[in-house]
Amino acid sequence: MPVATTSVTVDETPLVLHLLRRADDALILGHRLSEWTGNAPTLEEDLALANIALDLIGQARALYDHAGAQCGLDEDQLAYRRDARQYRNLLIAEQPNGDFACTIARQVLYAAFIDPYWRAAMSSTDATIAAIAAKAEKETAYHLRHSAEWLIRLGDGTEESHRRAQAGLEEMWPFTGEFFEVDAPDQALIDAGIIPDPAELHDGWSSRIDAILARATLARPRDGWMQTGGRSGRHSEHLGHILAELQYLQRSHPGAKW
Amino acid sequence: MTEAPTPLWEVFVRSRNGLAHKHAGSVHAADAQMALQAARDVYTRRGEGLSVWVVPSSAITASDPADREMLFEPTGSKIYRHPTFYEVPDEVGHM
Repeated sequence: MPVATTSVTVDETPLVLHLLRRADDALILGHRLSEWTGNAPTLEEDLALANIALDLIGQARALYDHAGAQCGLDEDQLAYRRDARQYRNLLIAEQPNGDFACTIARQVLYAAFIDPYWRAAMSSTDATIAAIAAKAEKETAYHLRHSAEWLIRLGDGTEESHRRAQAGLEEMWPFTGEFFEVDAPDQALIDAGIIPDPAELHDGWSSRIDAILARATLARPRDGWMQTGGRSGRHSEHLGHILAELQYLQRSHPGAKW
Repeated sequence: MTEAPTPLWEVFVRSRNGLAHKHAGSVHAADAQMALQAARDVYTRRGEGLSVWVVPSSAITASDPADREMLFEPTGSKIYRHPTFYEVPDEVGHM
């Protein structure tokens, strides 16, 4: 007997696939950061993390909207009606927050990649992507500054904050290889000038991270085995838990509106 | 939160060009750079600002409330200091 599902089917052209990858990164990381609301170490940082979360969720909405226009679905269907295997986000986005230092380390690593990515995407031949990139870049530039300043102070702070910052960095490092992956669908978009080539952003990312770590007196983790799979829907166990919470309402009442 | 590692900073926000910075509130932060970021994150979330200042709260010297009568009451009887005794010609319009 066939099992009924409330999941949508998405026609993943290269453009739709890439838009979903970037949108899912922003939504899932934004959701993770939103988990700090009410729990951050200080009131000021509670708001700062919520601000970053809202920036990311706003970016996700714009990207889902653009993806949906290509495949005949709306942003809610794309966010709430795909299961974990259909999610295309980087694995780093779904990793648990850990302690504050771990969250900050994750944010630095991601922001140092995505900010130059959006800057490069501002010259996309797709006018909508160029416009989304121009808005997103202003936001991610601040995310990078804010999280880097924190990492520098945690690393160069007390013995405990240094230890936690180093541990957070080690925890998140194996997920950074995925930033720079390029597969056939992405390569087609790169060749058409629609998206930047992430591989070309690697050296800039690497030297930027080195500069931050030097000021933070933190050691750069060794490039060992890099985790991969998020881009093709192979996720860690954590994503399913996020989606269970995120999608509950739309799964129970498909199409429900406020 | 203890005061020692993260002292208090007063936040001033300027909402438009040509206006003065106005006191908005305060934040706790480890240093000036972090105080500026905290001020941005706490006090400019709804488009309130074009410029932010932070000042260590400890750098402010305040008048003593006990001196209030001595400092401020003598001006109460000097209404001629207010420019309210001039006839403003209609042609001037709103001043």
